[in-house]
Amino acid sequence: MSPEPKIHLDRVGKTYPGTKIPAVEDLTLDVHEGEILVLVGPSGCGKSTTLRLINRMIEPSNGRILLDGEDVTKVNPDKLRRRIGYVIQQIGLFPHQTIAQNIATVPKMLGWEKERITEQVESLLTTVGLDPDQYRDRFPKELSGGQAQRVGVARALGADPDIMLMDEPFGAIDPITRDRLQNEFLRLQEELHKTIVFVTHDIDEAIKMGDRIAILGDRSTIRQIDTPERILAYPVDDFVDDFIGTGSTIKGLNFLKVSSLKQTDYPSISDADPCATGVAKLDEAGLEWLVLVDAQRRPLRWLHRDELAKSPASYDDLGEDVGDLLNSDDSLFHALELMVQSAAGQSVVVDKHGAFAGVVEMSHLNKAIRRAQYEARLHYEEMEANA
Amino acid sequence: MRGLSDPRKARVEALGNWFTYVQDNLEFILEELVNHLQIVAISVGVATVVAVLLGAWAQSRPIVRALALSITGIFLTIPSLALFALFIPLFGIGNRPAIVALVLYGLLPILRNTVTGLDSVSPAVVESARGMGMSPRQQLLKVRLPLAFPVVMAGIRVSTLLIVGLTAIAVLVGGDGLGSFIQDGLTRNGFPNAGNAVVVGVVFTVALGLVLDAVLATVQRVFTPRGLLV
Repeated sequence: MSPEPKIHLDRVGKTYPGTKIPAVEDLTLDVHEGEILVLVGPSGCGKSTTLRLINRMIEPSNGRILLDGEDVTKVNPDKLRRRIGYVIQQIGLFPHQTIAQNIATVPKMLGWEKERITEQVESLLTTVGLDPDQYRDRFPKELSGGQAQRVGVARALGADPDIMLMDEPFGAIDPITRDRLQNEFLRLQEELHKTIVFVTHDIDEAIKMGDRIAILGDRSTIRQIDTPERILAYPVDDFVDDFIGTGSTIKGLNFLKVSSLKQTDYPSISDADPCATGVAKLDEAGLEWLVLVDAQRRPLRWLHRDELAKSPASYDDLGEDVGDLLNSDDSLFHALELMVQSAAGQSVVVDKHGAFAGVVEMSHLNKAIRRAQYEARLHYEEMEANA
Repeated sequence: MRGLSDPRKARVEALGNWFTYVQDNLEFILEELVNHLQIVAISVGVATVVAVLLGAWAQSRPIVRALALSITGIFLTIPSLALFALFIPLFGIGNRPAIVALVLYGLLPILRNTVTGLDSVSPAVVESARGMGMSPRQQLLKVRLPLAFPVVMAGIRVSTLLIVGLTAIAVLVGGDGLGSFIQDGLTRNGFPNAGNAVVVGVVFTVALGLVLDAVLATVQRVFTPRGLLV
């Protein structure tokens, strides 16, 4: 853990006037520098309220908010917000201003010089993938939803804040564009290293975007906060389990790599080898399928024992397609996808030269998942023991 | 060719007669037209400032808003003659009591449109303005009012038309304006040119209203931010 959290919420709560039950109850939460922390939970759990407490769009009723160790609970809220990027689902671009003017909003308030603002606008438009010459002087109504949200992100990055708060930023965008924007945003984050708090109700988005995920229950209580892999491998209670839904184990395969598997030898023959060699190898290993490779040991096809036993004159018309090949940094989810399509029920792994390196089969995935679950459980047991 | 029938001939003659009257009195007419315009300009200007400020302040305060709209509505229902006269004890005789009364008449349309215009600004836009650290004042001046501008302007146009017409009554409290021709004609009813004077008052008042409305329509179009044009 980093020495000082970028954002620290210290028992922050919000009770709206006239209500007894708090919307957010005594929430203590750390967000580390450079991470994306996703707040996810069923609607009405107070995740947006929590987000808005951080930049005091909603004033907390109790508790303290610290940014870089500085208590900002009582500072001028407008000045505070200029330090924090804020992106909302409805975007809220100013319709009467050009894209450039929109992006320049915060720099202007901070009194930047004109040339610096112009440069910043150019660079931000480029960053979010919009050609400055084409978009600078457009008005928001001339943009598609996806383009508008890119401008929304650029505007939030306007004065280069360390912290970004994003409230379902991709929620109103069609699935295909959303996927693209998510990927672009993750790529952007690799360069920018902002500290981001991201709200969504979509667990898949949370899994994809989050370095860590906080699953929130009623009154914004944290039910589990951890990396997506560990949450998927070890949901701490039924609430979390229900929320992450069915298929969570399989989603967890996204976080495991082919390289994490121990590759064992798998029988293969070169197309120059005689059939008998193949049959012998299969008999020895007690297997049905072997991999036919070329002179450079690149996988060609799956060959079945029965076909080989017939001693065909050549391998040319035999066997089944090996399908797409796996590299060591592919995810086990990808391996599973290829596996279920494969005639042999296994997916083929190649090394970085494209040479046959081994196979992934169901039992490997099974072991990998069980190991991940075991490690996650161990982690929680250790935490409990230390607590 | 047969001559014009008698009634028609009389009408053409009357028209010619009126034009002669206008020509003969052009200097006075223009003078009163300018006076009229001045009264209108001051009244609309003051009404706009007061109503927009009041509207911006009242919009998000339900009680103030309801009160402001009802009170300015009540102003409109007070018979104009009475309202003009009401201010004589306070401001004496002349243009001043008239302007005060006209301002009160002009408030409602501008106030109502300011409130409606501000209502129509998307909450997401206000939220993002606030979220970027704009102060309430910056939100109002840089975002909410510019977005409400076309609607506010429509209110100003209605008020202007209203005030142009009502200014004709200023003459009754000792004020200037084209109303003096109407009053002159009415008091000299039956005497030569009495009718002509009344018509001059009416025609030039209406013409002034139309011209001002056209000018304001142009202002509205020119100053509406390009991003808001459909």
